[in-house]
Amino acid sequence: MLTLTDRFRLLQRHRLIPLIPLAAIILVLPLLFPSAYYYRIAALVFIFSIAALGLNLLMGFAGQVSLGHAGFMGVGAYAVAIGPTRLGIAPLVAFVLGAIFSALLAFVVGRPILRLKGHYLAVATLGFGVLLTIIFTNEAKWTGGPDGMPVQQITFINWTLRRVSTWYWILAVSFLLSAVIALNLIDSPTGRALRAIHDSERAARVLGIDVAQKKLAVFVISAVYASVAGSFFALINGYVTPDVSGFLRSIELVAMVVLGGMGSIVGSFVGSAVLVVLPQGLTIFHEYEHAILGLTLMAVMIFLRRGIVPSLAAVLGGTQK
Amino acid sequence: MTVLETESISIAFGGVRALDCVSFKATAGTVFSIIGPNGAGKTTLFNVISGLSVPDDGRVWLDGEDVTALAPERLARRGLSRTFQNLQIFSHLTTVENVMVGRHRHERTGLVADLLHFPAVSRQNRVTRDAALKALARVGLVPMAQRPAGSLAYGDLKRLEIARALATEPKVLLLDEPAAGCNPTETKNIETMIRGIAADGITVVLVEHDMRLVMNISDRIHVLANGHTLAEGDAAEIRANPAVIEAYLGASGAALEPASACG
Repeated sequence: MLTLTDRFRLLQRHRLIPLIPLAAIILVLPLLFPSAYYYRIAALVFIFSIAALGLNLLMGFAGQVSLGHAGFMGVGAYAVAIGPTRLGIAPLVAFVLGAIFSALLAFVVGRPILRLKGHYLAVATLGFGVLLTIIFTNEAKWTGGPDGMPVQQITFINWTLRRVSTWYWILAVSFLLSAVIALNLIDSPTGRALRAIHDSERAARVLGIDVAQKKLAVFVISAVYASVAGSFFALINGYVTPDVSGFLRSIELVAMVVLGGMGSIVGSFVGSAVLVVLPQGLTIFHEYEHAILGLTLMAVMIFLRRGIVPSLAAVLGGTQK
Repeated sequence: MTVLETESISIAFGGVRALDCVSFKATAGTVFSIIGPNGAGKTTLFNVISGLSVPDDGRVWLDGEDVTALAPERLARRGLSRTFQNLQIFSHLTTVENVMVGRHRHERTGLVADLLHFPAVSRQNRVTRDAALKALARVGLVPMAQRPAGSLAYGDLKRLEIARALATEPKVLLLDEPAAGCNPTETKNIETMIRGIAADGITVVLVEHDMRLVMNISDRIHVLANGHTLAEGDAAEIRANPAVIEAYLGASGAALEPASACG
């Protein structure tokens, strides 16, 4: 019934192709870095890319907003801080436990919260993030309170992971793995179901998709992404404060996803890169720094309204969707 | 053999009786049409059958089992699917992906396999895609397969919804005004398509305003007015029924008495 040419035309490009340019950038960048400071900035870009990727799965693909996602970053960050310092758990074990705890927390919180839609879901998730920040601030016995607490470095026998260039490679690989998993998910039965839910929950349901279950699954996955990012963030800083899970940080994550492009994996990297690098570059403007940052974000959203990557791809590909 | 049966369905919205004691039986492999003037309760009846609305009273039976108030996703897994009068297309997905979503209940990979892209996922994607293309071929949309669904013409979207519902391999297919807004040629195509679907043994329950289409393809017609059953019969009987003629021509509103009362 289907001719060979039909089949050929329907052959999709391989799902991992978007990662080739990213891998190339990652390999070339260190050649251009004049100092350790640049490695650190790049490391931060990877960390926030991981968190933004997870949030993008939730927002860009499944169409569910979260204004409290930094809360899960906080869980991951405090896991690698509290585990080794207060409980004597190895940092890597604490890292994994933090991710598991975030998943469980997302599972428990997600059940009631994900029944809400749109603005109501936004406010509920916002409340969740604020709640976690308050816990991190008030439980001073465990968390060091508003001043935060130090984070033990990762050691293997008598070698300590300290050099920022080593972190660069660890984080680059972690980011690429996160992107591979995200791309895997999108091109799978679960991924199609999530994207369907984004457009019409009613249609998804009458086709046999358990909408509540799928939303919960992607919420848990995105929480694990945020937790992993939070753990890395605490480890490279060597210190953690409640700011890691604060409302501003949650907003920053949402901005990264939207700026880079909802539903674009490369976009999450670009969005994170812009929002991490731009404030550093703008410090030369001194007191105008924040004003220029704000104006830049507004200009990007006005002229590239679908986000940087999808808008530019449409221009370069000559397609208008 | 009766595949779908409703028994005294009643539902009210804010004091208005949208459906009052509606009962019917649809036989396997036939086309069963529900007609009636605007506001008669046709779409409400569809929503009750497909699990989107819960009736205040009455039962729905699918294949002899009580499925009243079962969630739509559970009904879909038991073989009941539907289309929507106001299109519910996944516009961010391509045409073929829309239909692939319809294969969801037949897909067997788990979340972990999906995340790590086990070989089973590639195989599953291929099987799903082939099945989706078959469903697209059935409605003549294969040339549009890779287009974003949001860019399709209205008539194509109508057919896409049918292909997507067919991809679930339903026993019962509810079609909510498939010919609305279609030109005569498109309507003729839809007529042929519906005949083919019924010939495959799928029970088609049809809500439609195009009387010529309804009269041409229906094995049985159920007439609703103001939430009541007005009449039921084959095309000839319905055409000759004075109460139905009254309802459609609106000679005198007083004639809209229910044909039968709840016992």
